[in-house]
Formats: sequence, C-alpha cells, structure tokens
Amino acid sequence: MTTATIPQQAPLSDIALELCALSKVYPLKRGLFQPPGELKAVNDVSLRLYRGETLGLVGESGCGKSTLAKMLLGLLAPTSGNVLINGQEVDPTHRREHARHIQPIFQDPYSSLNPRKTVAEIVGLPLKLHGIGSAAERARQVKDILDLVGMPERTHAQYPNQLSGGQRQRVAIARALILRPDILICDEPTSALDVSVQAQILNLLLDLKAEFGLTYLFISHDLGVVEHLVDRVAVMNKGSIVELQSREQLFADPQHPYTRMLLASALTPEPGLGIPALAAAA
Amino acid sequence: MSANNVLLDVKNLKVDLPTEHGMLHAVRGIDFQVSRGEMLCLVGESGCGKSMTSLALMGLLPRKAQCSADHLLFDGADLNSMSEKQLMQLRGKRMAMIFQEPMTSLNPAYTLGNQLCEAMLQQPRVTRAEARDRALYLLHRTGISNAEDRLRQYPHQLSGGLRQRVMIAMSLMCSPDLIIADEPTTALDVTIQAQILRMIRELQQEFGTAVIFITHDLGVVSRIADRVVVMYAGQVVETSDVAQLFAQPQHPYTRGLLNCIPVRGKTLPGSRLQAIPGVVPSLIGEVRGCAFRNRCALADSACESDPPMVQQGSAAASHLARCHKLGVPVSAMEVAA
Repeated sequence: MTTATIPQQAPLSDIALELCALSKVYPLKRGLFQPPGELKAVNDVSLRLYRGETLGLVGESGCGKSTLAKMLLGLLAPTSGNVLINGQEVDPTHRREHARHIQPIFQDPYSSLNPRKTVAEIVGLPLKLHGIGSAAERARQVKDILDLVGMPERTHAQYPNQLSGGQRQRVAIARALILRPDILICDEPTSALDVSVQAQILNLLLDLKAEFGLTYLFISHDLGVVEHLVDRVAVMNKGSIVELQSREQLFADPQHPYTRMLLASALTPEPGLGIPALAAAA
Repeated sequence: MSANNVLLDVKNLKVDLPTEHGMLHAVRGIDFQVSRGEMLCLVGESGCGKSMTSLALMGLLPRKAQCSADHLLFDGADLNSMSEKQLMQLRGKRMAMIFQEPMTSLNPAYTLGNQLCEAMLQQPRVTRAEARDRALYLLHRTGISNAEDRLRQYPHQLSGGLRQRVMIAMSLMCSPDLIIADEPTTALDVTIQAQILRMIRELQQEFGTAVIFITHDLGVVSRIADRVVVMYAGQVVETSDVAQLFAQPQHPYTRGLLNCIPVRGKTLPGSRLQAIPGVVPSLIGEVRGCAFRNRCALADSACESDPPMVQQGSAAASHLARCHKLGVPVSAMEVAA
C-alpha cells in the first residue's frame, strides 16, 4: 500500500484528474414577484487526483457529492470552472473520448443495469459503441473481464434480474473497466449491499486497483469503509470542500467542526460506548 | 429472567410466502423472548426474515402469506388466536411500529396533528384536547421545535429526520408496552442517525418501553442493544446479551460478520477484508441442515443435519448458538478462510 502523503510539488503529469473552481448553480423559483434564488449545489470546488491514489469524498446527502461526480463524468455541464483529465480540458461535446478515461460505478446496481440485456451484452456495449475490435475479439474481452470480477461463466447469458445485488455490482464494475479507463468514480458502490457482500466488493476494488493501476474517486458516507480504502479524504458540506487531508491526519486530528461531528457520529461496533451526544445539527 | 417479566414470547414462528417458483420459507421456526423495558436487536442481512418476523407480530403480513406458531404470547395473551378486531385494539395502543421509510409511512393528505392523534382518539374517554396535549409533549420530547406549528403541517414540509421523529412520537402516543422499530434510521444521514438513536434509547429507558429494533448495521447494534438475536436464512443462529456477543461470538456467521467490517484501529487500511464467500441460499422449497454450510469454512458432513440451539458457557447468562461446530477454536476458522 502506498503512503498517503503526496508531495506538494508533484509533477503535473502525475495528476490524473483536476477540478478547477468547479461550480454548479441551480436557479430556484421563489414567488411570482420575487427574483429567482440560487442553489449552489457545488460551490467553487478545486481538487486534484494523483495517478494511482484513492481519494475519498465524504459528506451527507444533499452536500453535492453526486452532482460533483456527474460533472466529472461529463453527464452534467458545470456552471463555471472546468475539469482536466490527464491535463486535457474536458469538452462536453466529446463525451465518447472522455468515457475512455473516466468511468462510473453507481450506488444502486438494481437501476444501473439495463434489465432487458444480458450480462455479456451490458458489459460489451462500451466496446461496441467505441468500435473496438471484431465481434469475436469483443466477446473474448467481455469473458476475460467478467472472469476477473468473479462472475462465473453460466451467469454471462443471464439477465440482471437473475443476479444478486453483489453480482450486479460486479457486472457494473466489469462494464466500467472494459474500456481500460484510468479513473473510476465510485459513487457509494457498496451502500446498497449487505455487509458480507460489501467486503467482497471492497476486496475486488482493492485487487483491481493493484492490477490496473487505477485512480479512484471513492464517494461514501461510511467512514469505516473510507478509512479502509482511501489515501486522502475530502470532506464536503453544503457544496464546498471543508477539509482535505491525508487519511492518517484526518482520522487522527480532524480540524473542521463538521468533520469532527461526522467522525463523532460514526458508530463503530464497540459495545459499551453508547450513542454519542451531538450538538444539534446545523 | 423471571417468567412474569417476559412481555413477548415467540415460539416456533413460521412464515411462508407462495411465489411463482414455489413456497418461500421466509421465517423457519424462530423462538425468542422480549422482557419488559428491554432493547432487543434483531440483526441479519436482507432476506433473512427479520422484517417478516416483525410484520407477523403486528399481524400485518401480506394476505397470501401463511403464518403459524406454537404460540405468540404478548403479555400472556396469544396473538395468533386473536380476531382482527382484538388485534386492532392492541395495535397502536399496546404495540406500535416505526417503519424504515418515513417518506412513505406518513399519509401525505393529512396534517401531522391529525395523524398523531388518530390512534389515541380511537380509545374511549380520550378528548381532543388530551390527545393534542400528548402530541405536543411528545413532539417536544422527540426534539421538534415549534411543535404547535408542526401539528398543522403536512409531511412534505418536513425533512427525513424530522419525519422520523414524528413517527417515533406517534408510536409513543398511547404509551405502548412494545415498539417494533424496523430499520428506523437506515434512510438517514449519519449525524441525524446518531441523534435519533440516542433519543430512541433515552425515551425507551425513561418510559420503560420494550423495543424490538431491527437492523443490519452491527455498529448500531453494539451501541443500542441490551440483547441481540442474529438471524440467518429465516432462523435464529445466535442470541446473547450485547457485550457477550461482540466479545465472544460463537456462530461462524456472526464471527464472519464481525470480521468483514473494517474497524478503526483493528483492520489495517488497504488490507484484504475477511469476506464471507458465496451468497445467501434460496429459501424456496425444502431447506435441510445448516443453512450456512455452503459459506462456512468449518462445514462438513455433520452439517447436513439440522443443528440445535446450544447453550454457551455458564447457564447464568443466556447465550445460545445454532451450530454443530461450536467447539472448534476461532483460529481454525480464520486459517481456513
């Protein structure tokens, strides 16, 4: 495992993904005679993901984590600011080129897979869309990647509704990896799964990272999982990054009051500690 | 545990659900007891039958479900032999339920005041003013500000955390003896979850209400429970008081569950987690033998017969586990895994 300390002056080529002052503002309708308000879903966020690192993004629902992820994936145009992948600015009109470098794994494997396509079709679709290889070549690649994520051969012709939640998430991971991207955006990849299955998927993500040298942006609200997986942590609250630290630092010595509250409210399985008393939520 | 202290005594509860592919045995003969004023956690993964158990206790199972039990004694009366009318008398008044989704369990068409007071007004000799006072008191106790205004509001005007507080206030309206809370904080953020859990625990201890708390989160279990019932594939596999369960888990499934969550200071970051291999077995059709044996590192031919519940350690503390391999040391399992 690499240590979390990233040199401050890392060469620019080591930056896999950079967000420069990224914002997303939604207009809010108020009354008929009132001027429209603004909801700053993501407010001036600048972040760097170094090649090969796992950056955790934690925060509560509504803090803008998923909006941020969508902008990174090119699924949502930012109001201002830009996203650089491998030093190149992302052009929203070239989404296909974009998709070769950055791929998502979504939270809910029940809604993120097309119910009318087989596992092999789902995983092979990115190759087909990008016109990679012949049909036979594609079939071989699909089989390889499905083996890699631990899907037995008999499941390749099945439909998503015949699979368990953990298996569906493995299919989603295979689909994300088939174009051999550099960066994976994992948006709460295990929160819809049972604990015993969660451990299987986390182990798989760790193995794949080592095998392909992937860079992860790992979005989660589960601090135990975040601490296990990431090198650095960004804490997000109300659209802004309030704290960015190495894992060791953040968990040992949180600076921002919001981070402290998040850490205090995490319930580790230790009987006898009781339930923490928190100040009333802001 | 003296006999008259037992509020709810469940013996051999079974719930079967007919499906297209055959009979699904969702709950396969479970026994447990709840004492007065106790927080009992039912813990297990999805599909293990914990929600079906709670619905069976409340008499809210889907119509086609088949439910049987040797007895379901609530304060000495058998719920199984009661008519729907008698159950109606009991529900809300002496047994209440808090559901997982506060979004869907409140009626969007009625004000909160209306919904809070409804169950209490069903009782004889309760005036509107009394019900309203009780509602205001409980809203205040569950940490809701401007209780007066809230009574006139509709559910959509509240956040998820506030709705769940209202649900808790509603369950307490008639001072029930037993509350069944089915994953009450799963849909909430962690900081809100901690606040709500703390409030549930405080109110439960203050009012002396027994609570059956259903969850899949072992972190929550460790902090809130007095006693724990671990369920797997429709059966109780282990039951113990909370400290004992976390200190000396006996059943391989419980051990596996505790090993597979990353814990600060114990799990080395970035190391492989000890996952439980495989998936939960299908409960459709006849299930024979230990249901965990296809995922268990210790399983052998002995596990093809149904394991009994065995008392662990001294008889003073009730700690039972359902396994043939209880004598096998913990280290053997870790090596095998």
